[in-house]
Amino acid sequence: MMLWNLIKEDRGGQILLLLLAIAIIAVPMLNALPPDHALHIPTYTVALLGKYLTLALLALSVDLVWGYLGILTLGHGAFFALGGYVMGMYLMRQIGERGVYGHPELPDFMVFLNWDSLPWYWTGLDQFWFAAILIILVPGLLAFIFGALAFRSRVSGVYLSIITQALTFALMLAFFRNEMGFGGNNGLTDFKDILGFSLQARETKVGLFVASAVALALGYLISRAVIQSRLGKVCVAVRDAESRARFLGYRVENVKLWVFTLSAMIAGVAGALYVPQVGIINPNEFSPLNSIEIVVWVAVGGRATLYGAVAGALFINYAKTWFTTELPDVWLFALGAIFVLVTLFLPKGIAGLFRRKEASA
Amino acid sequence: MKSRIKHLMCALGLLVLLLCAVQPAFAKSDDPVLLELQTLLVSSNNQDRTKAIELLTQSQHELAFDIYGLLLEGKFFFNRTDNQLYLVDRAEAGQSALHFLDERDVTIERPRDFRRVALNNAQRTQIRRVMAQTGLTADSNKIRMKAVRQMMGDPDPEALSLIRAAYTSETNGKVRELMAVAIAIDTVTQTDEAAQRDAIDTLSTSLEPRARNALNQFVSQTDNASLKELAEKGLIGIEQKIKFYKGLETVYFGLSLGSVLVLAAIGLAITFGVMGVINMAHGELIMIGAYTTFVIQQLMPNHIGLSVLVAIPAAFVVSGLVGIAIERGVIRFLYGRPLETLLATFGISLVLQQAVRTIFSPLNKTVETPSWMSGMLEFNPVFAITLNRLYIIIFCLLVFFALLMILKRTALGLQVRAVSQNRAMARAMGVRSERVDMMTFGLGSGVAGIAGVALSQITNVGPNLGQAYIIDSFMVVVFGGVGNIWGTLVAGMTLGVANKIMEPWAGAVLAKILVLVFIILFIQKKPRGLFPQRGRAAEG
Repeated sequence: MMLWNLIKEDRGGQILLLLLAIAIIAVPMLNALPPDHALHIPTYTVALLGKYLTLALLALSVDLVWGYLGILTLGHGAFFALGGYVMGMYLMRQIGERGVYGHPELPDFMVFLNWDSLPWYWTGLDQFWFAAILIILVPGLLAFIFGALAFRSRVSGVYLSIITQALTFALMLAFFRNEMGFGGNNGLTDFKDILGFSLQARETKVGLFVASAVALALGYLISRAVIQSRLGKVCVAVRDAESRARFLGYRVENVKLWVFTLSAMIAGVAGALYVPQVGIINPNEFSPLNSIEIVVWVAVGGRATLYGAVAGALFINYAKTWFTTELPDVWLFALGAIFVLVTLFLPKGIAGLFRRKEASA
Repeated sequence: MKSRIKHLMCALGLLVLLLCAVQPAFAKSDDPVLLELQTLLVSSNNQDRTKAIELLTQSQHELAFDIYGLLLEGKFFFNRTDNQLYLVDRAEAGQSALHFLDERDVTIERPRDFRRVALNNAQRTQIRRVMAQTGLTADSNKIRMKAVRQMMGDPDPEALSLIRAAYTSETNGKVRELMAVAIAIDTVTQTDEAAQRDAIDTLSTSLEPRARNALNQFVSQTDNASLKELAEKGLIGIEQKIKFYKGLETVYFGLSLGSVLVLAAIGLAITFGVMGVINMAHGELIMIGAYTTFVIQQLMPNHIGLSVLVAIPAAFVVSGLVGIAIERGVIRFLYGRPLETLLATFGISLVLQQAVRTIFSPLNKTVETPSWMSGMLEFNPVFAITLNRLYIIIFCLLVFFALLMILKRTALGLQVRAVSQNRAMARAMGVRSERVDMMTFGLGSGVAGIAGVALSQITNVGPNLGQAYIIDSFMVVVFGGVGNIWGTLVAGMTLGVANKIMEPWAGAVLAKILVLVFIILFIQKKPRGLFPQRGRAAEG
């Protein structure tokens, strides 16, 4: 009942959750059909869909801060990548002796660099529960520290956007360094299994897809819960008239800080689910361009709707996959054109199209 | 309107004139003496090599002494397949060989093709004699210095006596000093204590590596305690001087990096700072400027020296027009919505990148550096500055002051400032704000194009050129304070120097990370940069 209250007035959210529920049941079933069956979904496609869902979760986290708090973050990719790196470290530890050098404890790249023991921050990551905690904690902590500094000194607007960009750029440069102990340029890859299941197995891929869909649904409900609460109302107030909200006695910086941290945690989870499905995490995930792209997914889908962000992420990523296989040279032209056209003609995104229809009907 | 353009043109014309005043020098490959030298040296006839030495002696060529030295050390090789001269350290596969005339690096694939230019003993003696005699009596101070340096520390007593003889008649202060050092290196090994004391004093004032070696050797060998102390003191003095010059060099590198940053950021300081437009396509406007330079060089391949000068106004116009097109086509619909502008211009940047990839191929293009930009300015043995960096610093300052003049002294500048401070009021006073927006954006974009010309001389010209500079540019503008182009200058130079100071102990990447972290923290303390705009215009 409580759950229903969250999405009672949210038609888009209802449709989204319904579709997710259908996908969770139908996709594994269709995948289990014999390959020559007309409705068969290849495992490759399942993994691709799972990847899209994690990116949709990332877009959701950006919409939470951009749509409802007015913070245009150009560095959310950093939280996503950090979650991904924690997961990657866990997966590296699972390789065990199956690495190229066959070292029982050290990942290959450390053997290659002649390190004789694991750095302290790699300890404990062979336990899944510990990794799971860090996946939420590390991005959350970074967002908390960064936010505490930035919001308390009232850095806002464009300035905030630019320092979030600086943050992810600095992290990218840092992770490129071999001395950091995160595999440098090549990042972490060659994963073998997760929780004892082989990552190559069909069942694991389907399982990860289901996990991503569930995570997206949960993320959606959590975000929705935040927005529907009093906190959510204050968020919108801060977005629309920050000074007025402050004069009314709200602690604007605290509101921003908590929502920003929550959003970073969601992004971290998205990253952690993304890595096992694509099989690699490297410093390019930190690149500022990635973070800007996320914002565009949200803009295309429609800001401050949550389901719009999900739709935008799915749409653009599907388009990206299609273009890069069919017309690789045209992709950047198309993406660029989408940016320009959406900002000029569809300020409310795809979701805005439907809303207008609803309003006129 | 006309007068505005006139002012702009004046400023640009001045810029070009100033740059033209720098006299272009000949490239090595155009030099008739060196060309003939090459044909003589690659010949298999022994006589020809003797002729080559004579030719070099008679020509009094400015490179003669370097060539003598290289010949004696046996660094000259010729390639049997193309009959060209190369400088080679080791003739092994995979090693690099420097083409003598073109100064381009070649990787040795078949070591058998490379033959050493071998001299016989008579030729060696001939070279030594020539170096001593003609070198020490040459008209050019430079050659005399080179001769002394070549002979310095030569155990041959004849060389020393020649220097002694030349020392008495030498009139140029610098050459005299150097000769004194050469003599002192010998004197310090003798037994006369008073003379040794003088010699140590002389050596202590010199930064020549040979002088330092001589002092070091003396300290380790002598039994005389007081002389030893004196020499050690001298060595400490030299170390301190070297440290000082190393510091100076760091600052110089920092300033040159800083001016690159300022050049890249200054167009942004106008579009972002003055107009409040976040132009993510700024980097691509720089890239367009760099590609314009490339195209101009393709159009005039025989005038590389001139092409860079032609490229400056051309890049200004091309990038400026692209900028105006962006402003008219997209940005003007998005004023007052900075975050949307950011997204739209980012889209444009992707399109421009891909367009360049489609037109020019995704590979990097080589833009040649004109010969008048290469070379060194040597102050002393431990401190020399490269000319191309110097030119970029000067160029950066010229562009900066030209822009400052445009903003402060022209009608356009006045209107730009009026619109940026209070758009509604400016319109009420009859300023055509739309036109001003267009011109300002065009100006900022044009300056980005000019930055591209400068960057094409020091970095690879490729589709990703812009991306590499966009974040740095934003950092510089934000650090300096939006709306203040002096702030941009100070911020760029500060960040450049800070980066170079940290580099030796932190490494290039870590230094950059530290600078970024510093900016993030700095923005917390001063959210509006080093030089914030004051008053109502700064709000919002």
